Amino acid sequence: MKICVCVKRVPATTTRVVIGADKQLDPAGVEFELNPYDEFAVEQALQVKESGGEGSVTAISFGLADAKKELQKVLAMGADNAVLLTHNSAPHADGATTAKMLAEELRNTEAQLIFFGKQAVDRDQHGVGPAVATRLGIPCITEVVKFELQGNQVICEREIEGGRETVTAPLPCAITCQKGLNEPRFASLKGIMAAKKKPLEIKEVDLESAAVEVIDMSLPPERPAGRIIGEGPDAVPELIEALRNEAKVL
Amino acid sequence: MTDILVVLETRDGALRNASLEAVGAARAAADASGGGKVTALATEQIELDAAILGSAGADEVVIADSKAHSPDGAAATAVRVAGETGTGAVFVSATVRGRDLLGRIAAGLDTGFAADCTAVDFADGSLVFTRPVYAGKAQIRVKINGPVVVASMRSNHFGPADREASAEMNTTSAEIGKAQVTSIAGKSGSRPDVAEAARVVSGGRGLGSAENWHLLESLADALPGAALGASRAVVDSGWRPHSEQVGQTGKTVSPELYIAVGISGAIQHLAGMSSSKVIVAINKDGEAPIFQQATYGIVGDVNEILPVLTEAIQATVD
Repeated sequence: MKICVCVKRVPATTTRVVIGADKQLDPAGVEFELNPYDEFAVEQALQVKESGGEGSVTAISFGLADAKKELQKVLAMGADNAVLLTHNSAPHADGATTAKMLAEELRNTEAQLIFFGKQAVDRDQHGVGPAVATRLGIPCITEVVKFELQGNQVICEREIEGGRETVTAPLPCAITCQKGLNEPRFASLKGIMAAKKKPLEIKEVDLESAAVEVIDMSLPPERPAGRIIGEGPDAVPELIEALRNEAKVL
Repeated sequence: MTDILVVLETRDGALRNASLEAVGAARAAADASGGGKVTALATEQIELDAAILGSAGADEVVIADSKAHSPDGAAATAVRVAGETGTGAVFVSATVRGRDLLGRIAAGLDTGFAADCTAVDFADGSLVFTRPVYAGKAQIRVKINGPVVVASMRSNHFGPADREASAEMNTTSAEIGKAQVTSIAGKSGSRPDVAEAARVVSGGRGLGSAENWHLLESLADALPGAALGASRAVVDSGWRPHSEQVGQTGKTVSPELYIAVGISGAIQHLAGMSSSKVIVAINKDGEAPIFQQATYGIVGDVNEILPVLTEAIQATVD
């Protein structure tokens, strides 16, 4: 079975955000990593391939040339080949534009399953997977915590507020992966060596005008200074007093 | 003047509160744009109250005839109705199902989208959306180029309008999707989800062990409407389910009251809860970063403090 997994290079979750002159995240000193949710997507793609005994896993990313590093990691985990769609303004591309780029590439792959992380931890939009699926005219199940393939049918579970729903869809299908779906593997030394010989194709893409325009970026308003009320259980009455009469939340 | 279509979320024959908030957000945005019609669309069959939706801000309610929820079917219905009504914007609530629809509807309308909006304004002829990025470490203001804009509204940031109006009720046919929801299992207990609750009681490593969680549960029980939250460390240790995790790689919350118990405050956690209105931190380490975000703090052993706090809150709330 032909399987694709879409991944993104993102600032590490430990990043302290500094806003640059271009009203975007100042990348100076920022460490980048494979989007954490994409690791679940890669792991699931590999598990499907391994349980089927045949097929291939292609990793696709839209980003700057330096996203090669994250694709190398996915290859080291076990993907067979990778495609990097590059454009100079890729880091500023919105989710709808990214989805368009990925859908164009995926259209010709005949992938039966396309895995995504449920969101990229930079823009946090959750939108690319379902938008790609819609453009391809295939179903998509989002935020999946349990995945099962039965013949040509995908059966997934996802957590919704106050419950868990089971969703089924026929192949071909897109899946966005939530934490808890699996335990992503680490790349072995052998995998890292093997990755260097795997195909990684770089394609320059044309970018249409952005669907979303960022007007500005700002840090969240500073919280007013708080106060330590005291130590131990003795401080509780004063806390209750403050919550009731000062903050008025009780 | 912008007409807005709001896609409602219904479950078990009931309208979810987040949808009324989205209708309120749409009403305010339509009014800010110089007046516009707000249409609320239920993509599955349900009985809805024209007075409640009218009061919340809807001028018209359209109910589609689908028997069950299909993610792509619901999105296709919304795209079709958006086209038929010539709406200028489509709003959904930023719930799990709303997030699921957002990208699909935008792709179906060939336009951009803005997720998890915390404010909507109108400037220079466009709707302007404020939304968090990097799990809340920063926020951006965006506008969407194109004749239709699509956005999701985050819980606890918008309220239903409170007006004397009744919505006109209509029906439409539903589009058929390939994906189908076949069952929904409710979670035991009646606690709200941490992403939507007005009060959150959240625990970290400082509780010492999973066995001590009953102390936190008792506190949540004493606070009406409180949800349980957890730090990443305790989720990764298997003490609590991921559905309770607050922070980057978990849920972003902005309740009225957030009580952080035994949570030191890693940057990823702070990003997910620092927009809470009032933050109470209880931690044995007075130097813990959580105290820099806290409105009120108590330094000490959480297992000693929790029972006293629970009792005091019970006495206050009763």
